[in-house]
Amino acid sequence: MPTILVEVMPKPEILDPQGKAIANALPHRGFTGFSGVRQGKRFELSVEGEVTEELLESARAAAAEMLSNPVIEDVVSVTVAEDQ
Amino acid sequence: MSEFNIDTVENAGATPDTDLPWAELGLKQDEYARILEILGRRPTAAELAMYSVMWSEHCSYKSSKVHLRQFGEKVTEEMKKDLMVGIGENAGVTDLGDGWAVTFKIESHNHPSFVEPYQGAATGIGGIVRDIISMGARPVAVMDPLRFGDIDHPDTQRVLPGVVAGIGGYGNSLGLPNVGGEVVFDSVYQQNPLVNALAVGVLKHEDLRLANASGVGNKVVLFGARTGGDGIGGASVLASESFDDAKPSKRPAVQVGDPFAEKVLIECCLELFHHNLVEGIQDLGAAGISCATSELASNGDGGMHVELTNVLLRDPSLTPGEILMSESQERMMAVVTPDNAAAFETVLSKWGVEFSWLGEVTDTGRLIIDWDGETIVDVDPRTVAHDGPVYERPYHRPAWQDQLQSAAFRTSAAAKHLPATAEELGQAVVELMSSPNMADKSWVTDQFDRFVGGNTALSQPDDAGVIRVDDTTGLGVGLATDCNDRYAYLDPYRGAQLALAEAYRNVATAGAVPLAVSDCLNFGSPEDPEIMWQFAEAVRGLSDACMQLGIPVTGGNVSLYNQTAGRAIHPTPVVGVLGKFDDVSRRTPSGFQRWADGQAIYLLGTTADELDGSEFARLRGHLGGQPPAVDLEAEKTLGDILINASRDGMIDAAHDLSEGGLAAALAEMSLRFGVGSRTSLHELCERDGVDPFTALFSESQARVLVALPRSEELRFTDMTTARGFPALRLGVVDAESGGIEVTGAFADGSFGISLDELKAAWSAVLPSRFGAVEG
Repeated sequence: MPTILVEVMPKPEILDPQGKAIANALPHRGFTGFSGVRQGKRFELSVEGEVTEELLESARAAAAEMLSNPVIEDVVSVTVAEDQ
Repeated sequence: MSEFNIDTVENAGATPDTDLPWAELGLKQDEYARILEILGRRPTAAELAMYSVMWSEHCSYKSSKVHLRQFGEKVTEEMKKDLMVGIGENAGVTDLGDGWAVTFKIESHNHPSFVEPYQGAATGIGGIVRDIISMGARPVAVMDPLRFGDIDHPDTQRVLPGVVAGIGGYGNSLGLPNVGGEVVFDSVYQQNPLVNALAVGVLKHEDLRLANASGVGNKVVLFGARTGGDGIGGASVLASESFDDAKPSKRPAVQVGDPFAEKVLIECCLELFHHNLVEGIQDLGAAGISCATSELASNGDGGMHVELTNVLLRDPSLTPGEILMSESQERMMAVVTPDNAAAFETVLSKWGVEFSWLGEVTDTGRLIIDWDGETIVDVDPRTVAHDGPVYERPYHRPAWQDQLQSAAFRTSAAAKHLPATAEELGQAVVELMSSPNMADKSWVTDQFDRFVGGNTALSQPDDAGVIRVDDTTGLGVGLATDCNDRYAYLDPYRGAQLALAEAYRNVATAGAVPLAVSDCLNFGSPEDPEIMWQFAEAVRGLSDACMQLGIPVTGGNVSLYNQTAGRAIHPTPVVGVLGKFDDVSRRTPSGFQRWADGQAIYLLGTTADELDGSEFARLRGHLGGQPPAVDLEAEKTLGDILINASRDGMIDAAHDLSEGGLAAALAEMSLRFGVGSRTSLHELCERDGVDPFTALFSESQARVLVALPRSEELRFTDMTTARGFPALRLGVVDAESGGIEVTGAFADGSFGISLDELKAAWSAVLPSRFGAVEG
């Protein structure tokens, strides 16, 4: 069953409190060498059958209008992952 | 280090003819001319950024200043008695006794909440809380007066859930109880929601801090979150002024808040105060570093020298002008003596708060800001912070005002077929209580933590939020915010007084002695003389009423330009009143108690035919006429009665009559704990010369319902008689009936409303529009 993957990230110029908290925590656990962290999110939209261009377009629209908040987030990618 | 050219003071002197984007930054031609005159040369890009943002309406109060002066002028010595810090600082401070003081303030975050409801409302809480911290106080509670468009409008569907989640997300994370506020729906707020936020904090007298930079040689430090490109959307035009087309030109107009960073900042600041490590402190809100440096300097020894490249950045591509204007959240600026610098650093390291030393206090009378050693700002800080433009905007009474005021409800088509029989009146009460504005608001308030901290003694839906300050004595404060925009639209002078009267009454109804006022004045465009008249009238009304009630305005905020597509909101002067309890365990709750079966119900005050602007008129789609009469002397006497009755333990429940009149008050007192009542309107109608419909739905002021044990009736009525205040026994609390029964001069006997049915209708309104609460 194919899956459409949508990746959303906070806009680069916007504060990302989660990423900041992780960045602060990393060295405490001994993970050094990372100068910053930003945390986004990934959506997996399952599809019964084939992913048509129409369906992909619908996923893009959903990504832009609903899965992301266009004021503070960017849709980074909308891709198709085939059966694992 | 810079990827862009820097417009230095030297460069500005050498290139007088460079065109600057002053108009794009919102400056008027004459304002720009004044900057040229003040500096004697063209401003640098950084100076222009500072002046433009500090001279904006939001920061300079340039349209409202001439009117706001009345809050400082109409003050008696008596009113100043408990006032430790008045208007002009981050928030006013009032003495509570026993070495305690309290500070509170209300602000608007309307526009950001419209653009991005969650973050806008969240950062509204963050900003007002930092105002409280910067006075040296520990924040103890917040409140949110909210106004949205029509409940069924799609924009309300978008804005309300985000705003509510944002307030909860930020306030709950900070561990601050949200103890009240308002939720109002009206189509005038479509595309222009009002998101006001109030915070209250407590401090010991010796912890009081002010925003000034005194002591030459003292060090200036910026601490908290790093500076990013937040909230400088409008300033992006400066990017082109940095002569570098390659850099990102689009900056976000919104800020994202981090409540956990703010929580750490609160504790860190309180420890700094405890060890007396800061001389002056200021939070960074609107206008960011521009505001903090110019205000600290001009309130202190008059000078400051700062190296801007020392500011810790989240985004290294920011230009100096953008750094000066950034509204990144969770930042503070402080002045520290060189001797305390090491101890200061120790406290900040303990809390894991980042900081950077920016410069020092001077006595030169100049605010000098360098970029990598080159001077980019050289100004008299007073000209930035205090001597901005002041406008005497023209104003006049709108031509339509007379017509509006003569369109009374009684004579309108909406008043045909008013409910008269018992059955019709009973139905009207249910219809009223299931209208959006009277309906149960717990869909909203259940998303806020009301009891965190363990010091909440009363909260929504009681008349006031009550917070214990000292758990050894029970010393505490009561707070209420109110405004009826419909009254204010009909008559802004009286409407503002009515807002104050209601907040005062609510605080007294809970049993607190009213002490101080904070106001958030939400209006349309000051460039419209009719709106400006509304504003002028509201300020005049509020300041007159404060003087009469003897409680001072200690601070607040003005929000103008609340209009969309040329349509302004109703004038909305939201008034917050703070009162004092010697012991919060004496507070009076608003609902009939189950154990209080058979207690007597008294109505205090008199009822006139005042339905203009009422909730009943709203049900019939009518808005016109004259708002209810204001009688501040009656409010004072009523307040005294309620405070004494609470202190002496005479009454077990009290609820003020406001929107929806007696009908709403009776319903709300029963809905609170599901305990019914039996009352009669006979005597009331006869004494006041009104019909049962008017008795139920009129919104006459200075009225309160109380419930008291029969053993206290005599003592209580002796007190009201001694003060010459009308009190009438309406009936009794009935814990068994499960309903509200009202008799009166109706042809068909009495009406009874089942509490189960009323509750179902009343509590279904918000969930039916907004669905399940999203966690």
